[in-house]
Amino acid sequence: MTTVLDPTSEARAEQRELVTRPESLDGLTIGLLDISKPRGDVFLDRIEEKLTALGATVNRYMKPTFAKPAPVDLRHEIATSCDAVIEALAD
Amino acid sequence: MCQHALMAESSSAPLPDGLVAVVKEDCPTCVLVAPVLADLAERADLTAVTQDNAAFPAAAEWVVHDADLALSWHNDIETVPTLLKVQDGKAVERLEGWKRDDWEAFTGVGALGTDLPDWRPGCGSLSVDPNLADELAVRFSGSAMTSRRIEIAALEDEWEAMYDRDWSDGLPVVPPTEARVLRMLEGTTRDANEVVAVVPPDLVEVTVEKIAINAVMAGCKPEYLPVVIAAVEAICTDDFNMHGVLATTMDVGPVLIVNGPIRNEIGMNSGGNVLGQGNRANSTIGRAVQLVVRNIGGGKPGGVDRSAHGSPHKLGLAFAEDEEGSPWTSLAESRGFSAEQSTVTVWCGGGPQVFVDQLSRTPESLTKHFAEFLKTNLTPKMVMMETVLVLGPEHMARYRDAGWDRDRFLSELDGYLQMDTDELIRGANDIEEGLPEAFAGSTVGKFWPGGVHVVHAGGATGLFSMAFSGWVPPPKGSVCTTKEITR
Repeated sequence: MTTVLDPTSEARAEQRELVTRPESLDGLTIGLLDISKPRGDVFLDRIEEKLTALGATVNRYMKPTFAKPAPVDLRHEIATSCDAVIEALAD
Repeated sequence: MCQHALMAESSSAPLPDGLVAVVKEDCPTCVLVAPVLADLAERADLTAVTQDNAAFPAAAEWVVHDADLALSWHNDIETVPTLLKVQDGKAVERLEGWKRDDWEAFTGVGALGTDLPDWRPGCGSLSVDPNLADELAVRFSGSAMTSRRIEIAALEDEWEAMYDRDWSDGLPVVPPTEARVLRMLEGTTRDANEVVAVVPPDLVEVTVEKIAINAVMAGCKPEYLPVVIAAVEAICTDDFNMHGVLATTMDVGPVLIVNGPIRNEIGMNSGGNVLGQGNRANSTIGRAVQLVVRNIGGGKPGGVDRSAHGSPHKLGLAFAEDEEGSPWTSLAESRGFSAEQSTVTVWCGGGPQVFVDQLSRTPESLTKHFAEFLKTNLTPKMVMMETVLVLGPEHMARYRDAGWDRDRFLSELDGYLQMDTDELIRGANDIEEGLPEAFAGSTVGKFWPGGVHVVHAGGATGLFSMAFSGWVPPPKGSVCTTKEITR
């Protein structure tokens, strides 16, 4: 038998419950996070049109750079002022 | 043996105060001096610590059996016989082997072993016997390591077990046994439990011990560990932005460039095949860093690593600069470090491309040609980028002969790298990719100011150089980062 040392962080991901899925978007505030990739705005403009037509209020956000995780303050602002968020990750 | 860094973590019965001799029966010199030891026990209150036979040199009260070799190990006994002067349980002076004059001076007792030869060398201590050393190290200092122990069953193939647990980058990894990790930790004076960095993307604190485990797996020697530690520190800075480097769909990964005395001390390659295989330090240091990102940070392909194609160098890339053969200041010196400091510079890059120029005999011609080549870096449409240029010795010779230094080269090169934006805007030359039209009618640098990092390396023969493609330049992407390597 060989004994080895664990090379991993030995951490386990925290399990969080998902929030309840809304029945409808009517009257909800939806955050749209642009990650600052070229033409991400084209995609999000169209999504905003669709969401607004469904009765949602849309808040637009933008990461300072697509190359880094969204700043904590920005994530906090989205979490506290929106019911849901859509993040465009596409190029 | 450098056991001291871990000794503080373990305990041992103290040695008896006064004069102590550490011996073993399986040593002709110890057998030879057995009567002297009895004499000293009588006249100077000596205690003999025997490593093998409990009744050697005598079955007597003044003989202590070091059955588990704890006394020998904790007191760094390398030779028997060793005479010790002990105060408050600690050896304060020592003398190895047998030499009558020295023994008389050391003990203050005259006429010792007058019928013996004047001098005989000692033998190896059992505590440093190669068959026992690993086991003793684990027994006496293994508890200093806090990582979870994982038992691999006797019928399990230990190499396959590493794969089964998802700890490998795809190539075999060395099983990180306690003995191997302890040996690795001897490569640094830093405490095994010291936190070195917080590793993206999971943002987990990594200790020296965890880095050592991954360094073992990558195939590093203990003397490489300080380089790995410094590189992990460097890639985990906000500046380097390892999360972004990992998450990007581009082909990039950390490129590690080592400068200073440690390059030669650990045998890194800065010459032929410098970016290729065949040198253990070059091949394993970068790999260890990538295993830390994978196993500690949780950054794996298909997870946060979203690279569309990746690149062979993402297995890990480290190389050294040929400073001795260069007329220029080194990369590290150009970044504010001294030639006496050992450093690792981490830079985010994609795969390198070769530059061929076998006919230029003047620095002007060669520099112009470099510029034409570098304009195609990533694509001719991309500007304000960053590169590492690995200047080969036969190309460097043109600059040496002409007396150009690093600053002259960079300044001349920059002049040739100013690009006409009319050629770069979207739609120019019937290519849809490009700069927004608002940039038309101007010039722009191919690289941002300070975006060309030159390193001298490569084989002595061959009129070639290499250039890496970069990623998103600072401050939005990754900032080239240099850390001093300390042991």
